[in-house]
Order: sequence, then C-alpha cells, then structure tokens
Amino acid sequence: MARRSGSIWTGCGTVFLKEFADHLRSGRMRVLEWLVLLTGIGAIYTAIQDLKTTTSQDPFLFLRLFTDSHDPLPSFMAVLGFLIPLVAIGLGFDAINGEFNRRTMSRILAQPIYRDALLLGKFFAGIATIAVALTTLWLLIIGFGLLTLGIPPTSEEVMRGFAFLVVAIAYGGFWLAVAILCSVIFRAAATSALVSLGLWLLMSILWPLLSRFLTSAIFPTTPMSLLVGPSYQEIIVQQTLARLSPNTLFAESMMGLLHPSTRALGPVFMDQLQGAVMGNPLPLAQSLILVWPQVTSLIAGVIVLFVAAYIVFQRQEVRA
Amino acid sequence: MSEPENIIVAKGLRKLYGRHVAVDGIDLTIRRGEIFGMLGPNGAGKTTTILMLLGLTEASEGSVSVAGFDPMRQPLDVKRHVGYLPDSVGFYDNLSARVNLRYTGRLAGIPHSQLDDRIDDALLRVRLLEVAGRKVGTFSHGMRRRLGLAEVMMKRADVAILDEPTSGLDPQATFEFLEMIRGLRSDNIAVLLSSHMLDQVQAVCDRVALFKSGKIALEGTVDELSQKVLGGGYNLEIEATGDDLPKLLAQVPGVQRVTHSGGGKYSLVAAHDIRNELGKAIFASGGMLMRLDHVEPSLDTVYRHYFEDYHGAA
Repeated sequence: MARRSGSIWTGCGTVFLKEFADHLRSGRMRVLEWLVLLTGIGAIYTAIQDLKTTTSQDPFLFLRLFTDSHDPLPSFMAVLGFLIPLVAIGLGFDAINGEFNRRTMSRILAQPIYRDALLLGKFFAGIATIAVALTTLWLLIIGFGLLTLGIPPTSEEVMRGFAFLVVAIAYGGFWLAVAILCSVIFRAAATSALVSLGLWLLMSILWPLLSRFLTSAIFPTTPMSLLVGPSYQEIIVQQTLARLSPNTLFAESMMGLLHPSTRALGPVFMDQLQGAVMGNPLPLAQSLILVWPQVTSLIAGVIVLFVAAYIVFQRQEVRA
Repeated sequence: MSEPENIIVAKGLRKLYGRHVAVDGIDLTIRRGEIFGMLGPNGAGKTTTILMLLGLTEASEGSVSVAGFDPMRQPLDVKRHVGYLPDSVGFYDNLSARVNLRYTGRLAGIPHSQLDDRIDDALLRVRLLEVAGRKVGTFSHGMRRRLGLAEVMMKRADVAILDEPTSGLDPQATFEFLEMIRGLRSDNIAVLLSSHMLDQVQAVCDRVALFKSGKIALEGTVDELSQKVLGGGYNLEIEATGDDLPKLLAQVPGVQRVTHSGGGKYSLVAAHDIRNELGKAIFASGGMLMRLDHVEPSLDTVYRHYFEDYHGAA
C-alpha cells in the first residue's frame, strides 16, 4: 500500500494544548497534587527534624531531605515512588475511552488529523502535567530545605537532585503509558482505572514478595544454602525478577542518585572491593553510569507500552 | 482549475467485518450543490458507507474519490474538504460552545485570524450565538445537534455528511433543522444525508438512494423512484363500500393494481386518470363512494411498496 500523505504531527500541538489546559484545570489533578504535597511535606518535615539533630559530617546533607525516613512516615523518595503512579493513572485512565464515551471521538477524527496526533498529544500533555507538578514539588522542597536547614545545596547536590527529577518524570511516563494503554483497550473508564490500579498494586506491593517466592521455588533451600547463604545465581535470578517491576527500577535509580556512596546495585565479590574506600561517595558521572541501565529500561518500557497503545488504537473502529 | 462536477464518486465499495458483509458493492455519485439522501433501515450499511467515504474505516474493496482525493491514501485532504455530523454527536460538556468549536476549528487548520469570525457566523446561522459562552453541558439534545451543524458550517467544506441528523428531535426542532440543512444548498456544497425518516428526506433531498442489506436497491429522484416501484402509474385513493369491491375495482379498465389499506380504503395504481370510470363503476354496482383522491407519490409509499415486494419475493 502506498504511503499516506500528510504529517502525523498535524494537530498534535492543538490536542496537546487542549489536554494540558484540561489537566491543569481539572479537579482530579488538584486532589492528586494536594495528596502528594501533604504526604511529601509530612515526610520532609520529619526528615528535617532528624537532620537538625545530626552533628556528623555529611557532604550530602541536602540529599538526605529526600531519602531520610523517620518512623512511622516513609522517606519522601518512597512516598513519590508510591504516589507518582497514582497521579499518572489518574491523568491517563480515561484518555481514549473518555472520548468515545463523550461521543466526541468521531467528530475529532473527522478533522484533518491522524489518530497518531490524538494519542501523542494526550501522552505529551500527561507527561507535561506530571513534569510541572513534580518540578513544582521539587522546587518547594528545596526552598523548604533552604529555609529550615540554613545551608545551601552544593552544585553536585543540585545536579543529583535534577537527575532525580528526570527519572521521576520518566517513571511517571511509564504509568501514564500503562493508563493510556488501558484506556485504549477498555471501553469503560471504570474498568480501565481498576485494571491500571490493580497493576500498580501488583507491581508496588505484591511483586517484591512474588519475586522472592518465585526464586525460592527455582532454588529450593538445601543444607548447603543454609550454611553459606544464597548462591550467586539465586541472587541474580531474584534481582532480575524484581527488576521486571518499574517500582524496583525507580527505587534502584533513586538509591544510586541520592545516596552517592552507593557503589553497586547488585551483588559484589570481595575481590571487587579490594582497594575501595568504603563509604566514600562516587562522583556524579559514576553514579549516573551505575543507574543508567535502570533508567534506560524505564524509558524503554514507556516506549513499548506506548507503541502497544498505538497499535491497538489504530485498529479500533471509530464507530462506538 | 475547474471544480469536478462529481464531488463524490464511489465504485464497487465493499466492507467486510470478518465474514459479515456490511456493505456489498455500492456505486455512488454525488454532485456539487445537491442534497443526496441515503435511506434504509438500520443496519443497511449507511453509516459504514459514510465512514468509508471519510476514510475513518478502511474499505475492503472498491475505490472512492472525495473532492478528487482518495480517503485511504490522502485522508487528511479528504477530511479538510468534508464536514461530518455523526449520528451520535457529543461535545466536551465542561467547555463552552465557542471553545468546543475553537478546538475542532484549530484541528481543522482554520487560520487563526478567521476562526472567531467563522465561529460567530456559523453559530448565528444555527441560532446559537446568544448561548455561545454557555457550557455545552447545559445544552438540550436539539442544541447539540445544531452545534454539530455549526461545526460543519464553520469548516466551509465542499461536502457535508450528516448521519441521521434529525433522529431524536421533536417535530418543531426537526422542522427547523431541515430548514438549516436546506440553507446549506446556497453554499453550493454537496450534502449527503442519511436517515430512515422518509418524509424528511423527501422534503429536502434532490436525489435518494435506497439501501437494503448493504446494497443500493434503488437510486434517483423521488419521482423516478416512484416510477420504478409503482410502475409510473397514477396513484389513487378510494374510500368506498360495496360488495366485492377489490374485484370490481380491478375490473375497471386501466387499473394496474389494487391494494386494500384497511377499512373501506383502497389504493389504486392506474395507467391514467380514471377517476370518472371508477366512480361510475362503484355507483353502478350499488356501492357508496366516500372519497376519491389523486395522490402525489410519496417516498413513504415507494419505500413500503418496495420492501413489501421484496418481502413478498423472499
């Protein structure tokens, strides 16, 4: 078949602007933002209480704003890992089926645009909304930190903080793509929301347990393993399984970026530690190299999910 | 460059959904400046045909040209020249009528400088200008339909495709809506209208195609159709009493067909005006004649006769 004429980008900008404006004005977004803000402030506040009493020397005091936890509240990083998916799903679960249910789909597609433009515009609008929300939150926290801690962050801390922001947005993109895929597959918005939320719970709560369970099924406990601990293969298998969840990838990237002293995310042999100065922070570039596989896997996941949504959408009949 | 006279040309259009044939070989030619009606029961393939003309559904076989473009290969060019009012039209309820139109207007690529003027113009024509700033969520069914028509007008397309434009409207709203559709004729565009409301189609359409099981069963002006189906005869309606009236009527010279339409009413098809002869025959037999009318063929009769014959044959 001959190539179709015209650009897939025609109308993409219009869809983007409309969806972006809708997101920013919607009550749904406001609720989600307050949720993130309040839990975030709670986590940060306790972290600051702890930091104020710390007397030890830490070159990365500012980053500990994000990572320190104080019972019963989790760290800010953990809060984000849990809540970003919720925000992304909230933005995307009715992206496509909502147009069908409002009966606006055939009217929109009768305009001179390709379906690509609609899907891309909606996806980018969702990403932009997440980016705006996270950047605002990030700046607020830095401001809050400056006020309460009274010390400015170093340039490396700012760089690491910025890398963290980028990864957090990519992580949001992953869940947005999941939600949009569900919104293409399921005609009812409620079903789409339930399925995406189900996946989120599976990935964030059940999967860590499941991956451990599966590993122990593959490597049954032997008297030998009780003595010397798990074998190298067992650790690798368990880690690989765990990394199928985007939450693991996100948590590992956060670990590498916000804890500069992290040297490896997998098992390390004794001989590899020879000559290493334990507890000494890695330079930023080395930390980036460390988390690079995790970040690229996340982005690859976004692309795969988006392509799946695209293919399903292209094959759908316009008639509801 | 001269505009092509035939703005929509479809040849041998077929659409299969799995093994189900939705549209089975349709040939269609629609000229600029005419209102073309697509008639037929639900599921006869009207909407599927429309979607194929728009390039929203891929045709399984056949070729289409709309305003000189192929909907499969150049869908954007086709959609630029076609305004479409879907059978179930919806808007963003949380946005005002004007903002809704502005969104589709931008998608349609209408230049920014002209957009607001065109929207005002279109809203004025469908008499929604006063409520342009109101949220569409507060609009009635009829107002949404009119807003949909305003969108088609705003686009200033060469072809307007209206799918069941008056379904679900009350009689007054239907009448007004048909007036607006007739107003489109002055724009020198082609209007393609699908409906199963026969009287409405007859009221506005220049030519009609009768859809039946994915095929065009009949095509032409209402007069031509009645010629074909009713045999080009002279239609009479009689209300009379008498013994064995149908037989008696059928024996009158010139009568081609007699149908009993309930009570003492009969419809006749005759070769020429035989009102005089009929009257005489009835009086001669001692019957009583209550009414004897010559009726203009309505699409309704054509339609019913056609599908009666069809079912009779089946």
